[in-house]
Order: sequence, then structure tokens, then C-alpha cells
Amino acid sequence: MSTKIEQERNTNGWEPRIIAFFCNWCTYTAADLAGVSRLRYEPNARIIRVMCSGRIDPQFILEAFSKGADGVLIGGCHPGDCHYMEGNYKALRRVQLLKRMLKDMGIEEQRFRLEWISASEGERVKTVMNEMTEQVRALGPLGLPKKFEEWDKEMELIEQKVNGEEAAVHA
Amino acid sequence: MPDKPKVAFYWCASCGGCEESVVDLAENILDVVAAVDIVMWPVAMDFKKKDVEAMADGSILVSMVNGAIRTSEQEEMAKLMRKKSKLIVAYGSCAHMGGIPGLANEFQREEILQYIFEESPSTVNNEKTRPEMKFETNGGSVTLPKFFNVVRALDQVIDVDYYLPGCPPTSKLLKQALEVLLSGKLPEKGAVLAPDIALCDECPKKDTKPSDLKFTGFKRPHLTQIDPNTCLLAQSIVCMGPATRGGCEGVCISGNMPCTGCFGPTSRVKDQGAKILSALASQVEAKDEKGIDETLATIPDPVGTFYRYGLPASILRRKNFK
Repeated sequence: MSTKIEQERNTNGWEPRIIAFFCNWCTYTAADLAGVSRLRYEPNARIIRVMCSGRIDPQFILEAFSKGADGVLIGGCHPGDCHYMEGNYKALRRVQLLKRMLKDMGIEEQRFRLEWISASEGERVKTVMNEMTEQVRALGPLGLPKKFEEWDKEMELIEQKVNGEEAAVHA
Repeated sequence: MPDKPKVAFYWCASCGGCEESVVDLAENILDVVAAVDIVMWPVAMDFKKKDVEAMADGSILVSMVNGAIRTSEQEEMAKLMRKKSKLIVAYGSCAHMGGIPGLANEFQREEILQYIFEESPSTVNNEKTRPEMKFETNGGSVTLPKFFNVVRALDQVIDVDYYLPGCPPTSKLLKQALEVLLSGKLPEKGAVLAPDIALCDECPKKDTKPSDLKFTGFKRPHLTQIDPNTCLLAQSIVCMGPATRGGCEGVCISGNMPCTGCFGPTSRVKDQGAKILSALASQVEAKDEKGIDETLATIPDPVGTFYRYGLPASILRRKNFK
């Protein structure tokens, strides 16, 4: 771990939190390989194993962001290699449209990434994890749960005012 | 004679179409009036806020509240109706999910006010006057409600017992809902009072829906000669049917227009927009990024199309601003 990263961690206490959905047959196996090969990479991603990148419902990605993820990474088999023939193509098509939609919803493009990583590409897992962590770190926190709270403060204020007036009337 | 059950109707950020749907009960409205006392209905009857305030808490059997919550006044009235009612029904798409007014969640409050009071083509306002929440005049003071930054569905403001979906709900569903609520045999709390299956199931064009679609581009309904006897998806028209709850009996489809999603998702789905995005995108024919992007570029506004009635109730709720 570079000292630069440790310094940053100490100064602001924030570290990117990335949710990674990896396909069982390729990318998850590649991540395993990276581990067995003792490759060192940024520890910021929580990996969720799914049977196929085509199983990743766009709801999962929105849910991840809304629950506090700063970035979402999807890993699947290279085109033509899908264990279920077509799953990764379906994933790619959904991702292309979701990217546009996320941009319209104010979520930066670099926070969401799809990568094809085969079972033998442990080195690629390392590179992608490091790159993505660096990009998200540069963007800073997305922090949606905190934003939801902030948005709802405007109602708390009114409620206090209404309750206050009612209390004044009944006093 | 025992008191008849009390029913109230209230409106928040809405267009009035929901009120129209109550009137659309036509002669059935006489049965409703015979069975209940309407104690509040701003669009049709002369009851005031103070009349409701004077009622005992929980004394209204059911309040049908339509419209999204955009101002402090709407919030206050929603809370008052909640206090005075045993049951609250979120009536129509706006109360259910935020509705069309909820699309304002793509903008910030200041952007909206600036456009409306300074920039819109029909506005002449050289002094850039803006309405104030409080203004002293002729020895008195007049007030306006606060315009919130975020548009909300009703259940994001008060506890809601039931939902009656639709833009507007059909008279048939309203009649059924009133019957079941007055019967005392209440459905499970939080229920949407409509069938829990996608619209395709009751679609008049169901038999022509192919099992496998291969989209090469989407067509806009107003620029297309639509075949009235064929599934709209098979004609490359964006139809929200697969991701939308049934119960409307395909009124738009029967008029040869695609479903735009006003009934919201079924109970198994949390985010209607994500689901229709998934359904449409995964059936694009192209397999390469460029080809996929070209096909999907024919949906010019994904947020406005997929969340037309439900942005506030979606997972992301509104556009994120730094």
C-alpha cells in the first residue's frame, strides 16, 4: 500500500466504497486467481458473486448507489465466452443505456464501469480495481444516503413550525 | 339514524384529472353519496380547513388524497387529513409515486423559479420580481406556502394505507375500492388496489407479442402509422406494459397509444424505470457498443420516458446535484 493513500486516509477519513458484481465463471475466478497469485491491489471493492453478468438487474446498481456506494463495477466474460451464450451481451446493452440514464440523474460516468475479464486475467483485475479506485477517489464521495437526509430536512423545518404554531394556539 | 361513514377528497400537486375521475362515476356517484357523508372535497364542495380541524381525530373513515407534495401547504394538509382519518388512500399516480409533477426532481428549485419568473418566452419581468412567502400590504399581511426543493409522493410525507394507481384511476377501480373499504373487510395495509400483474396480461394485443424481440431502433408514436392489431413492442414503439401494473384494461393501448406506465410497477418491482430499461435494452439486436448505442439513441429521454409518473418514488428519487 502506497504511503500516499495512507496519508489521504488519515487526512479526510474517506475512502471510496465500490460495489463489484463479478460473474461466477470469469471475473470472480480471475479475482480468485489474483488472490492466489498474491497480487496486491486496492481493497476498496466489496465483491458480490453472481452467476452471470446478465443476472445483474439495473435495480441492483441503483440500490448500491442509493445505499452509499461511490462506484459500481461489473465484471463479466468476454463477448462470445458467456457460459449462458448471451448473458454478457444483455449486460452490455443494459449498461449502455443505464450509463446515459445515470448521467442524466447527476451520477458521473466514471462511477460506473463494465469490464470483460476472463478467468485467466488476474492481472487485469488488479489493474481495473486500482484504476477505478483512483478515479472514484478523484471524484470524491457520492454520499446519496446523506443527501436523502439533507433533502428531507426541508420538511422537518416546516413540521417544527407547524407544531410550534399549534402549541402556541393551545397554550 | 346512525351516522353514515365520512369520506374526504383532497388534492395536492395535481392537474384535476383525479377529481374528474370521481365525477366520472356518473350515476354511480349517487350510490356513493347515499352510502357516505362527504366532509371535504375542495373541488366540488364548500368545506374549509377549519371544518376539518374541528372534527375529532380519526373520525373520517377514508380520505382519498391525490397529487404530489411540492409545497408546505400541501404537506400541512396531508398531515391534517392523516390525523383526522382512519384510512388514507393515495389516489392517482402523483400521490402514489410523484407523478408528472415529480419530473421536476430533474431540476433544482432555483432553476425552476428562475425559468418561470425570468426566462420563459411568455414572461416579461424586468425587475425580476419573485413571489415572497410573506408580504405586508394595506395594514395586513398575506402569505404563500414554501415551494420545496424536492417533489414527494404522499407516502414520503405521511403514512399511507392504500394506493389507487392511475393517471387518473379508472372509475371502475374507484368504485371497487370504495366498496371494499366501506365493507370493513380491509385488504392488507400498503396494498395497491389493482391487479398485481403486468399490463401485458390483460392487453388486447397480447396474442401478437413475440417471445423474442430484436430492436434495431425505436419509433415515436406520433411519427408512426401504428397497426392497431399488433403488439406495440413488435412495432418498435416504446410501450411500458411489461413493467407496469395492469388494471386499466388497456385504455391507452385500445386507443392505439403505448402504455406510459401510470399504474406503476407490480409488488415485486421496486424501480419501474430500471425494469423497463432492462426489458427494452436487453432485447436490442446489436451486440457491439456502437450498434447498441445507435439503437438506444432512438430513446431520446430515458428518465422522462421510464420514470414519467414515478421519479420521486424511484430508488434515486431525484437528480443528484453537487
